[in-house]
Amino acid sequence: MEHRKPRTKGSPVSDLDLRGVSRWYGNVVAVNDVTMTLGPGVTGLLGPNGAGKTTLLHMMAGFLAPSRGEVLIDGDATWRNPAIYRKLGLVNEREAVYGFLSGKEFVRASAKLHGLPDADAATRRAIELVEMADAQDRRMDTYSKGMRQRMRVAAALVHDPAVLLLDEPFNGMDPRQRMHMMDLLHRLGAQGRTVLFSSHILEEVEQVSGTVQVIVAGRLAASGDYRTIRRLMTHRPHVFAIRSSDDRRLAVALMASDSVAGVTLGKDGLTVHAGDYGTFTRALPRIALDEGVRVRQLIPSDESLESVFSYLVSA
Amino acid sequence: MNMTIAWITTRGLLGRRRSWLLLPMPIILIGVTAVGLGFDAPAADLIDGVLIGLGVAVILPLVSLIVGTGVLGSEIDDGTVVHILTKPIPRSRIILAKLVVAATVSAVTIAVPMFVAATMIGGAELGLGFALACVAGAIAYSALFLALSVVTRRPVLVGLLYVVIWEGLLSNLVAGTRTVSVQHFVIKFAAELSGSQLFTTTVSTAVAAVMTVVFTVLGTWLATQRLRSFSVAGETS
Repeated sequence: MEHRKPRTKGSPVSDLDLRGVSRWYGNVVAVNDVTMTLGPGVTGLLGPNGAGKTTLLHMMAGFLAPSRGEVLIDGDATWRNPAIYRKLGLVNEREAVYGFLSGKEFVRASAKLHGLPDADAATRRAIELVEMADAQDRRMDTYSKGMRQRMRVAAALVHDPAVLLLDEPFNGMDPRQRMHMMDLLHRLGAQGRTVLFSSHILEEVEQVSGTVQVIVAGRLAASGDYRTIRRLMTHRPHVFAIRSSDDRRLAVALMASDSVAGVTLGKDGLTVHAGDYGTFTRALPRIALDEGVRVRQLIPSDESLESVFSYLVSA
Repeated sequence: MNMTIAWITTRGLLGRRRSWLLLPMPIILIGVTAVGLGFDAPAADLIDGVLIGLGVAVILPLVSLIVGTGVLGSEIDDGTVVHILTKPIPRSRIILAKLVVAATVSAVTIAVPMFVAATMIGGAELGLGFALACVAGAIAYSALFLALSVVTRRPVLVGLLYVVIWEGLLSNLVAGTRTVSVQHFVIKFAAELSGSQLFTTTVSTAVAAVMTVVFTVLGTWLATQRLRSFSVAGETS
């Protein structure tokens, strides 16, 4: 898989480990017994607003003590341990920047605070990575939201960290900036960095990452490849869009199969409601062969994160 | 001491509108002194009313409060402090850089006009005495207000309560409270350094010196400790 490649240069690959992490505020439990390991590649932290994503990210970034459990990067706790920032970059949700600095000064300050031997070269590299070289000499309070976000990513990447955490990085971005940020996250993951970003918008996570950690009401509701998660939930109906050489004939044959709950015949082919993912996908080729129908297209049409998510929330 | 943090802090501090409040203070101090001298007011009255009553009791703590809470408190308020905290820098060095900037800006803002005003009243010796005493006061106040920025979410309010209620009211009524009043340390230093017999306070020089160091060290230590466990408020908090 593309996002599991080892890093070709720079610092070594790092793992982020959460072991039985909980966080409560008085009687309110914000994060409840979350255990996960994040390795190289892009992972989406998905959940509705108020699910505990930001609390979890703050604990990962060492800005909040877990009430119970531990958060470790390569075995070192993140809380009260500034040394972890050598391996960690954070782009938090609050988009506050030093508006009185130019983008370049801002990134260069980051490089110097990291004590990099060649701060200028690191600054240039980071700004090029986010494609902000043209605007780097302007004061940051003249930037658009998307530009500020990219400069913050550049500052978080200036020391080439193995782990990058981003809280709602697509918030307030226009579609073009969104595409650019998605492409950047893809590239960072492909380089072997451990990239985690949070989002409450399913299509963002779907487009950027194959791996998701779904958090609902403070608990880890599901984890892994989102298509796999969907398949695991076999008791849920699955919807497929099918186009074939003879849709009507195939529809009749499918209705006779136990694995099919319903078929709708439309202009663009069939919409099949299957009771079980595995049984149906095994049965379809046999039925088509028996009927002499050629299946031209088979698309699991509700395989979007939106449907996975609504199942998980209602479950 | 980290030069990059000191540089960002200074630029942030001087770029803020709140810092403009500092500008008229030296002018007011020198202006009131000039008016007093114009009316032939006795030196003892001018020292007590203007240098101590206005300079040491009002302008010194006010300047230190604006600057001391501005170097870190403002960054915590607007969230930019995260940029500094996500770096592998010991928290003590962050606090030290903030303290040096705060104390330097406050000391310069207050010591220069104090020197001018006190010299106008009683000669260079009095001027130097008040200027140096105010530098010491600016350092102690800065450490105190810096610590308040990390300890409470309302550092300006708590700082004002200390200055107005504790120093302004209590320490002038109850002599014992003066041992924890920066204002009285400054008065004692100024009297000692200038050799002037025209004013003094009940705090001894030794107590003033020790307590100034205690304020500075304790404030710095407390600020560092709190910054080490700095938590960002979560969405559910």
